[in-house]
Amino acid sequence: MSLVARYLESVGIPTVIVASARDIVEECGVPRLLFVDFPLGNPCGKPWDVEMQSDVIGSALNLLDNAWTPRTTVQHPAIWDSEHDAEWRAQYMRVGDDNRTALASAGKTRREAQAARKLP
Amino acid sequence: MDINRTHRSFVSYIDKGRNYYEAQGYERPHEWAHFDEVPFARLDKPLSDCRVGVVTTANKAAMQGPRSTKLFAALNRESGHLHTDMAWDRDATHTDDPETYLPVARLSECVERGTIGSISERFYGAPTDYSKRTTLQDDAPQIEAWMREDGVDVALLVPI
Repeated sequence: MSLVARYLESVGIPTVIVASARDIVEECGVPRLLFVDFPLGNPCGKPWDVEMQSDVIGSALNLLDNAWTPRTTVQHPAIWDSEHDAEWRAQYMRVGDDNRTALASAGKTRREAQAARKLP
Repeated sequence: MDINRTHRSFVSYIDKGRNYYEAQGYERPHEWAHFDEVPFARLDKPLSDCRVGVVTTANKAAMQGPRSTKLFAALNRESGHLHTDMAWDRDATHTDDPETYLPVARLSECVERGTIGSISERFYGAPTDYSKRTTLQDDAPQIEAWMREDGVDVALLVPI
């Protein structure tokens, strides 16, 4: 999506990205990023939370209107879950001694399935 | 709350993803896009006169569907019928509310308030592609063409 933003900017269409994977977007380099520190899946706010969603979209439009230089990142102040943020951050794509064998096995199965699909 | 940290608080998906797929036995880590230069287009009229176009990474069919289900323009009333079977955090949340990743209703409210001029009648699907060349040479120009047809002035991009 960052590449699409860069392309649109290069042809004169201003863009703003609303995203939670801050490192990926900033590594690519985009004009305007509204960073929302949420688990992947709901960049525009919590499900059914109209007030939060309105605030996120309003902030994105504000950034679109007011950024004066590329690589402008603004972090939206919303907190996903003040008591459990550490847990979802740690849990996503977790690798530990307790799941290392299962991950290796899952990867092997996936590669074998992909190889089988490629056979004529 | 503990105000002391030894690591950054927000998730580094580059670091976590590299470790995760390495643990799955993939030998070559994914190579993420990096550019030193960043283009920058300025609004050439007030935001309140601008038409906004939304770009999503959600698809019109399941992940294994043809490319046309990932690169598309669709009417806004279809925004509630997309597939979200790509990678996101299924333990922490869900995608039952389309407004959490494709904010057509929230943008329509911005039109009513006068924050923006209008919202495009169509939104646009951008494939998540491993090939940077395909994204830049095929997908992005197609999305631009659709936006030109629809009179889009500014773009809101929302990767799930």
